[in-house]
Amino acid sequence: MSDLALRPPGWKMPNLPVWSWSFLAALLVWVLSFTIAGQGAGGMLVAALSFSAFTVMVGLGQMFVITLGPGNVDLSIPATIGLASAVAMKVMGGQDGMIAVGLLAALGCGLLIGGFNYLLIRLLRIPPIVATLSASLIIQSVGISYGRGLQIKPPPALTDATFARLLGVPVLAIAAIVLSVIAAILLQRTIYGRTVLAAGQNMRAAHFAGLSVERARLLTYILSGGLAALCGALLAGFSGGSSLSMGREYLLSSIAVVVLGGTSVAGGRANVPGLWGGALFLFMVSTLLNTAGFGSGLRDVFTGLIIVAGIAITGTRQALR
Amino acid sequence: MTIGLARTGSGQAPGAASRQRVLRGALPAASLLIVLAAIWYFNPRAISYFGLNLMLNLAIPVALATIAQMCVMATNELDLSIGSFVGFVACVTATYMTSQPLLALLMLAGGILVYMLAAVVVHLRNVPSIVVTLGLSFFWAGLAVLIRPTPGGAAPAFLRDLMRWQPPFVPLPVLLAVLIGVGVHLLLMRSSYGAVLRGVGGNARAVSRAGWSILKAKVAMFALAGVFGILSGLTLVGVSSSADANMATGYTLLSIAGAVIGGAEFIGGRISPIGAVIGALVLQLAASALNFFKVPFLPGGRIPQEWQVGAQGMFLIVILAARVLISKAEK
Amino acid sequence: MASPQGTAVSLSGVSRSFGAVRALSGVDLAIPEGQCLGLVGHNGAGKSTLMHVLAGTLRPDTGQIALAGEQHDRITVNLAQRLGIRCVFQELSLCPNLTVAENTRILHPSIRGFGWRRKAGRLIAAMLDRIFPGHDISPDAVVADLSIGRRQMVEIARAFTVSQGALRLVILDEPTSSLDATTARQLLDFMRGALKSGVSCVLISHMMGEILNYSDLIAVMKNGQLVASGPVGQFSSESLVELMSGGEHPDRTARQRAARVRAETAISVRAEEPGRGLPFIARQGEVIGLAGLSGHGQTDFLVRVFEAARARHPGLSVSGDVSFVAGDRQADGVFPLWSIADNIGVASLPALRNGLLLSPGKEKDLSDRWGRTMGIKAPSLKDEILSLSGGNQQKALFARALSTRSAVVLMDDPMRGVDINTKLDVYDIIAQEAAGGRTFLWYTTEFEELEYCDRVYVFQNGRIVGELEGEQITEAGVIGSSFKDKEAA
Repeated sequence: MSDLALRPPGWKMPNLPVWSWSFLAALLVWVLSFTIAGQGAGGMLVAALSFSAFTVMVGLGQMFVITLGPGNVDLSIPATIGLASAVAMKVMGGQDGMIAVGLLAALGCGLLIGGFNYLLIRLLRIPPIVATLSASLIIQSVGISYGRGLQIKPPPALTDATFARLLGVPVLAIAAIVLSVIAAILLQRTIYGRTVLAAGQNMRAAHFAGLSVERARLLTYILSGGLAALCGALLAGFSGGSSLSMGREYLLSSIAVVVLGGTSVAGGRANVPGLWGGALFLFMVSTLLNTAGFGSGLRDVFTGLIIVAGIAITGTRQALR
Repeated sequence: MTIGLARTGSGQAPGAASRQRVLRGALPAASLLIVLAAIWYFNPRAISYFGLNLMLNLAIPVALATIAQMCVMATNELDLSIGSFVGFVACVTATYMTSQPLLALLMLAGGILVYMLAAVVVHLRNVPSIVVTLGLSFFWAGLAVLIRPTPGGAAPAFLRDLMRWQPPFVPLPVLLAVLIGVGVHLLLMRSSYGAVLRGVGGNARAVSRAGWSILKAKVAMFALAGVFGILSGLTLVGVSSSADANMATGYTLLSIAGAVIGGAEFIGGRISPIGAVIGALVLQLAASALNFFKVPFLPGGRIPQEWQVGAQGMFLIVILAARVLISKAEK
Repeated sequence: MASPQGTAVSLSGVSRSFGAVRALSGVDLAIPEGQCLGLVGHNGAGKSTLMHVLAGTLRPDTGQIALAGEQHDRITVNLAQRLGIRCVFQELSLCPNLTVAENTRILHPSIRGFGWRRKAGRLIAAMLDRIFPGHDISPDAVVADLSIGRRQMVEIARAFTVSQGALRLVILDEPTSSLDATTARQLLDFMRGALKSGVSCVLISHMMGEILNYSDLIAVMKNGQLVASGPVGQFSSESLVELMSGGEHPDRTARQRAARVRAETAISVRAEEPGRGLPFIARQGEVIGLAGLSGHGQTDFLVRVFEAARARHPGLSVSGDVSFVAGDRQADGVFPLWSIADNIGVASLPALRNGLLLSPGKEKDLSDRWGRTMGIKAPSLKDEILSLSGGNQQKALFARALSTRSAVVLMDDPMRGVDINTKLDVYDIIAQEAAGGRTFLWYTTEFEELEYCDRVYVFQNGRIVGELEGEQITEAGVIGSSFKDKEAA
């Protein structure tokens, strides 16, 4: 997987690439948890891949946004997941034949939200945090009023697809890997991706180098909205229906996997493989705490501490550069 | 954020600049008047002692959380953990304050300490406060669940009595709002060290060149945020008389929105405590006001309850748009 | 007070480097009590760095500082505060969100308690009244609402205020750059008066007249070293300019303007903006200098030309693509996380595609070719851009701009802090490229560089106030044009 490491050509290879740490940590926790449980190593891995697929999907969008530079973050992801899942379920109406249409409708809804976010940022000249925050308040209300009393089961074929496996590997995970590869190519080998990386390092310099910074920002927020929506629709299939609070945990986890995966929170450097390491690690930790008999409270406490510790450590690295 | 291309100073005449500032400063008060007028138009009886008491009963905890957020924003940082922190404080208070007051106080003091540590991490490691406080939000939420796995507990008598007190003539929320606004104004805007604290957000280098420690100032501001977060949790328990780990998760968004409506800015250390309190009141009223608005073409003639949050979001956008229009008109 | 012969501050062997750039090397300097030292030198000569060392905001790598009879390896901000050293920096040190009085309080820890606002307000108002009689600044005005000139006045007045202890040394780094002629004279006259009370001053200025008329001693800096110092009587305007540039005069015979200026060639940039002075025209193949004192709208003009090439802009027309060479490398130019090659190729990306995707081969070819042309000294172009010295980083930025197909190249004082050999290399390449038909708009703060220009426009307060051609392009010519406006005002 090392060819996927998104370092610009010519980055000096340290002893171990940054993203491998998150994988090592995930591996360690995995071994620890099935040792404690005494069984279920394989099942745990399959579950980890399935759940990580969702985290990585939203994490990809968040990674592009964060790479745009300081102040850029998409806080509307949870609301988007909630609304898009409701839209998908309503359009599909439980019929297998409508799956494609439902997915497209959810996707369209995510793209619109992304565009709306950017519009707020640009027209109101406000930091992305406030823009995506105000948008998420509105999206929540739209979601509640749209999804009121909505208890539509997902089409059976969609549910089956989210649980299907190919050679033992969840199909969802394969799809997320394909998306990751596309994202890696987008980031490194297209003008759009280079613009995102350049703007994240130095916005003025990117502008003076003739890059279309604003267009790249628009595309990035649209991308993030679209990926969150796609995640929402699939998540509804996976968990047997939509719910508005379904996206809640993805705000933290989308940012956490980006941070733990070695993407620079200061912008300008992104890391796709690290997302997977971070996502697997987060899942393994919560499994470990579950196995060890800890409740959700302690799990949250640990997750929070891991994120603060992770950012404090990577922060030092940036300061040393 | 657009790219600031002109490096040299603005060519604006000083008169225009200060007029613009006055207009922007008047925006929170104007929006409060508009919302009150709208409520009065649809339901005149709501603008009364008891009506205001009812509509604003949750405004005080929100206003205090907004002040906490504003303290953090003054240092050009952002606190995404304030909602969970207020929930944590509420759980501690409702669970331990009556039976084991010392333990409760220790836990609350620990909360302030964590806030101060967060400031140290953010400043020394030069990492974005959004990520640190987002991590902390899980930390607080987890602790709150550990303390109070199910909703319940009881408000200590003194808090319940305080929040149920009915002072003569002025409804309690209005009285407290004025006290908070004026008090924090004196603390941050009129005190001599307050000038230094705000200066850090405006030009940290200038403040450190004058011999002040930026780290100390940031720690002080975060500690203040912790204190106001605790006050918010205490009043919240006093109002609702029991606690639940998730009871204040919405406060994170509300506090940012309130501070922004009140005229605070994300960079440059510009804050306004009185504006922040007004911002919190406006958001609270805007949500309650929805119940009174009669809209003929909607089913039932009323705006549905679920649009409360959305109305707050739209209110925020409208205020921000008005700000942009003011600065455009002045150019 | 103190004996007239005493020394307020003396520095010996002070050196300081920033990465590969040696900003100060072995500077010895003594500032006598009650006297004004005039400090001159070109941009990047190390004047501001030296003053930061004195004010305690920069730590010297080596050297000793004698202050109040004590030896120090470095001065801390707090020590400077205690000993009464004040500095008016070039970049303003006021908090824009605070009032004038609040900003004054920040400098005076002793002003606190009840009534501190009134105390601070009275202190600053009294000083403003003394230095700038007739000013219209209220102590309660928020600094962000003041014009640049008024902010400068507040900052200067603040530096002279005293609440406890005594004032020992005031450093004025280009204090008159945003003041009009009358206010500037008020300040300098006040400073002469302050010297009589035993305060010492350091005056940094690009205006030789100010230095010669208001200093007791003069020190000249060049490339981080002190090249001359002595009583003011030893120097003249001409000798100072000569010392500052120190024989780095370009080979004047290399000028071959006449051959290149052809009135009939196509116009590549034309600007006739209302309220911005004389019309501006740049023809294909011309090298046009933008001169005047630093920060008088030259960079803003370049930015407007850059924007006009991408979208319509009233009063400005540009034919062909435009590329930009930043002078402030860190702020406007370098992508710090990228390699040299990536930094070079970033402006040419559309030409480096194979279908939809960027081609690594094409990227490599382009950066190799231009890295060689510019003579970038690095083991490999795959190394990080920050591993290069300042001069070589600047060469990479030139490579970025020249490797595009743009017809017009905008240069924003790109030679700041660049060594002489790099400069000479780049001058040659500019001449070659101009001969090939490219147009250069070159903002420079160094007079010698104007010698390479076909024509020069002089800027003053954001307006074009003069146009010089051929033999008119001299230091005296430029200064003459830029002060016409100021005297009239």
